[in-house]
Amino acid sequence: MTESAPLLSVEDLSVAYSQSSAPAVDGVSFAVAAGSMTAVVGESGSGKSTTANAVIGLLPESAQITGGHIRLGEVDLGALGASTWRGVRGSQIGYVPQDPGSSLNPLQTIGKSVAEALRIHKRADRKSARAQVIDLLAKVGIDRPQMRADQFPHELSGGMRQRVLIASAIALRPRLLIADEPTSALDVTVQKQVLDLLDGLRAETGMGVLFITHDLAVAGERADDVVVMQSGKVVEAGPAARIFSRPATDYTARLLADAPALKTKARHTATAEDSQADSSSAAFVSVEGLTQVYARNEDQVIGVDDVSLSVQRGTTHGIVGESGSGKTTTGKALAGFLTPQSGRIRIGDFDTADSVKGNAARVRRRDFRRRVQLVHQNPYSALDPKHSIRQILTEPLRNFRIGTRASRAGLVAEALDRVSLPTEFLDRRPQELSGGQLQRVAIARALIAGPELVVFDEAVSALDVTVQAQILDLLDELQVELGLTYVFISHDLAVVRQIADTVSVMSQGRLMENGPTEDLFARPQTHYTRTLLDAIPRPVMLHGGEDAKNPTPLAAAER
Amino acid sequence: MSLIDSFARTSGTGAPRPAAKRRSRTRASIGPATIISGLVLLIAVAWALFPGLFTHHDPNDGGTTPALLAPSLDHWFGTDQTGRDAFTRVVYGASQSLLAALVAVGVGLVVGTAIGLIAGTRRGWVDDVLMRLVDVLLSIPAILLSLSIVVVLGFGTINAAIAVGVTAIAQFARLSRSEAVRINTSDFVAAAYGSGGTFFSVLFRHILPNSTSPVLSLAVLQIGSAILQISTLGFLGYGTPPPTPEWGLIIAEGRNFVATAWWLTVLPGFVVMAIVLATHQIGNTLRKATS
Amino acid sequence: MILDIRYLFLRLGQAVLVLLLAFTAAFILLSLIPGDGVTARFADPALGLSADQIAAIRSETGADESWISRYFISLGGFLTGDFGFSVQTGAAVSTIIAAALPSTAVLALSGFVSALVLAVLIAVLATYGPYRWLRKLLDSVPSLFISIPVFWLGILLIQFFSFRLGFVSVVSPGPAEALVLPTLTVAVPLSAPIAQVLIRSITDVRASGFVKVTSAKGASELWILVHAVARNAVLPGLTIIGLVFGELVAGAVVTETVFGRNGIGQITAQAVTHRDNPILLTVVVIATLAYVTINLIVDLLYPVIDVRLRTAPGATSAGKKPADEPTRRALSTTAASVGVDLAWDEKDTHS
Repeated sequence: MTESAPLLSVEDLSVAYSQSSAPAVDGVSFAVAAGSMTAVVGESGSGKSTTANAVIGLLPESAQITGGHIRLGEVDLGALGASTWRGVRGSQIGYVPQDPGSSLNPLQTIGKSVAEALRIHKRADRKSARAQVIDLLAKVGIDRPQMRADQFPHELSGGMRQRVLIASAIALRPRLLIADEPTSALDVTVQKQVLDLLDGLRAETGMGVLFITHDLAVAGERADDVVVMQSGKVVEAGPAARIFSRPATDYTARLLADAPALKTKARHTATAEDSQADSSSAAFVSVEGLTQVYARNEDQVIGVDDVSLSVQRGTTHGIVGESGSGKTTTGKALAGFLTPQSGRIRIGDFDTADSVKGNAARVRRRDFRRRVQLVHQNPYSALDPKHSIRQILTEPLRNFRIGTRASRAGLVAEALDRVSLPTEFLDRRPQELSGGQLQRVAIARALIAGPELVVFDEAVSALDVTVQAQILDLLDELQVELGLTYVFISHDLAVVRQIADTVSVMSQGRLMENGPTEDLFARPQTHYTRTLLDAIPRPVMLHGGEDAKNPTPLAAAER
Repeated sequence: MSLIDSFARTSGTGAPRPAAKRRSRTRASIGPATIISGLVLLIAVAWALFPGLFTHHDPNDGGTTPALLAPSLDHWFGTDQTGRDAFTRVVYGASQSLLAALVAVGVGLVVGTAIGLIAGTRRGWVDDVLMRLVDVLLSIPAILLSLSIVVVLGFGTINAAIAVGVTAIAQFARLSRSEAVRINTSDFVAAAYGSGGTFFSVLFRHILPNSTSPVLSLAVLQIGSAILQISTLGFLGYGTPPPTPEWGLIIAEGRNFVATAWWLTVLPGFVVMAIVLATHQIGNTLRKATS
Repeated sequence: MILDIRYLFLRLGQAVLVLLLAFTAAFILLSLIPGDGVTARFADPALGLSADQIAAIRSETGADESWISRYFISLGGFLTGDFGFSVQTGAAVSTIIAAALPSTAVLALSGFVSALVLAVLIAVLATYGPYRWLRKLLDSVPSLFISIPVFWLGILLIQFFSFRLGFVSVVSPGPAEALVLPTLTVAVPLSAPIAQVLIRSITDVRASGFVKVTSAKGASELWILVHAVARNAVLPGLTIIGLVFGELVAGAVVTETVFGRNGIGQITAQAVTHRDNPILLTVVVIATLAYVTINLIVDLLYPVIDVRLRTAPGATSAGKKPADEPTRRALSTTAASVGVDLAWDEKDTHS
């Protein structure tokens, strides 16, 4: 970290959008030194992506830089004309976007996309570009680069596409690489590979990296310097090690306290104790040989294949897996949204092996619905936009014929109160609430009919970390208060570790292993689980030992 | 906690970004074009309901007025070959044209939406059969389909309207089917079943209310194209018989005098165009506001 | 392999089925419901035919048969190019149509090509135009064009260009000269839906992630237009081209009537006036055949342009879609707004 001559220096940068009065970025300053990584961290709406766009000169037409300077070496980027800017982009500054799925031209071969920067800046003709493309693809760790160069984006996996995007960003050996949430659309194991690749390239070429992320743990693990942003302003900036061990502001401290990945111990141990004792005898939920295969190719299963697990009453069972692992299918089968091809599911005294017909079956199904509830991932789509919160919460009561017309109002108010939302919300519609509030409403709806088992399908994945932490706390409280059993499905190991007593790890439609959470984290039995655990980012200060970190952020948060 | 807000990840599990969507919804504003369009349509409706308020001439009897007068303060659009006031005929024509357009859209809306909702909620072979039939309706060019129906039903305002309505069935069926499918597979419908809803309670509480706005905005758009198609049939002589004023017919009659009295063709045409344009504007505003 | 053989046969089978059903519907509408045309025509006392003579004609022309055998006779006739006889003139329908078809085909083709040129021009200026006001202005041109009554436009063009300015001679125009104004009349309304879809798809592609990545590599607007926008924006345009064929037919019918051009359009109008159902039935079937064929070709062309459709189904993971979702959604609504419906959902659910 050379303090004297930073590669990129941003001074007092302000950006405003024409349609809103408050600036999106307000007096932001930071620097990126050659060969080092500066991470800009913030929740949604913090202005971190706008900052990145300003640095590469690609702000949307409606946005304008209203103050400050951006310098690359000695050049003031703000003063450049359009054509000079084009000369800088791609050759001096590389850009790696957030979503590898939509960031490659779908009708262009991989080779052409990677060669594009070379061709634009006239550094290579068609022939020599091809050779360079093969080199670049090999360098970012793409197997069979000759063949891949002729493939189209849709033939590659997400991780591979992100490698291709990195290859095309570094084609001209830029001095600065801007990576805007480059791994947030990727599975955790793929995220690790891509981050390792960026680290390697940085060490090899000496380029500086400006890394935009919402993920504190990633920033803490990889960055030299961290800039924490909130509502367009820099809250705190400094070396990563210092920020993570001694956050100077409440906001950073709270972010650190709320980020599940930064906690190494489960918060909740209360329910875990009594349940460990008899694991086989009286399981409340038991799944045996669950199979629902949509497609099979090679050794991969789409769906689930022969999954067995059990959950004790009053405990939380986590199901962890990457995309395509079959965790959602398992959850749907548990919540009764699909009848599996084979296998047996028993929940309390419901058993899929019992055959009931006709009217009795309908009564049973209704009873089952009442006792098992599912909470969806995306609270925005799980609530009918045409209904008020009151209607949403009343609907299960009407369907299950709970209470009278008069007593339902009280039940609804009570349900809303249980998830800590004010009664005024009853007459609002979903679009007037924030994501966290909506998820609370969805939880209230799931609980209002008095279920025994609640299945959460990625129920906190769409929320900012601080909101996520609040929802997890709420779920813990409700579990104790109402004696609920939870099945908690997530791609995020850290979240599952927070909330689950027992865990199943799934991959490609199969169950890898299951067991008590802490055992599994401490002594993973399969190679896959070990890879998964290894891939969790570990911020700098956590390497130093556990004692160093815990008191400070938490103490600061309580201030 | 000021931070109870919003949405961080566009995660690998495919969460959309509703935060942005919400913002655009609240910002959907009504521009001057929409206001003008609304006024145009209001005037057209007023013409249809109370034509006598807008003109004191008789639409079918020119009396002693000279023929083919140029536009003046008394005769805004001039007079036609028998001395009738052209503007008056356009005003009185509104009821024919708008009524026909409403009948046409009504036929398309009711039949098409019923087909689409049944296909989209029942799925399976019902869906396949109904949608193949809709394909057939779509594959016969609209004008030929409506001409064939007019031949069978006979000429006249309402028959022309029904013929035009049949050609609109396919579009309503497609839209309402895709809406039904979209809503049927949405999380909130799954959640409604999950909280004990039956097929009919979900259909009436969730699927119908959520599919009405897109279907209604299509209906507004279709009113414009129905006005055009009906006036085309009228122009060709298959719609309202003379002397009743109808916009297509008025233009067809004026056509014979276009070299000497251009206003008899040009001015009514502008009226039709303005009204159709206004329905498009309103329909598009509705569509943007509800999607 | 670019085309999946199974896909080809599936689409071909669907097309034949739709065509057969369309024929059946038109037959029921135009041949069964009105009763038999022979009696209607020859029973006129002015012709002085006796009941026996009429019966003879009836059995000769097959009007005596049951409806089911008439259906199959008629279907067989259509398959062999025998479309029956005009009720009004008694001439073979095939002869009448054959005489009129070339002139209409020329008008349709020139109208279509002009519409395409006009649409591309409008779309490019509305998205890449030099001034903001110009872009906004051109953006609203399609709505305007779609609102113009075609017959009125034709009359206006004749009046203005022929009578007032004398550009095109009305009395004895040459063949090419006679085509100019009708072509324009067909092209203006036809260009509107195409332009609207192109504007939307160009706008969407320009806002897409990969265009941002390309700009970040230092590409100029021109480079982006040529390498990224053009091909991606063409895909939705291709679909709309197949679907506007119905508009093209409507344009031809009206235009030929207004300009007094001999052609299928005018024959159709006369057939309606005289209730000459055999002619009408033939026109309906031929137009439907053309519509189905054009859309079949468009469907089969799709995988040639869109590489994502080339891979055989099942080879890649589930959830693959022919075009990215936002574009498709925008496209469907745009198309609906100009009165055209796109067939996305079918393709979606069956893939």
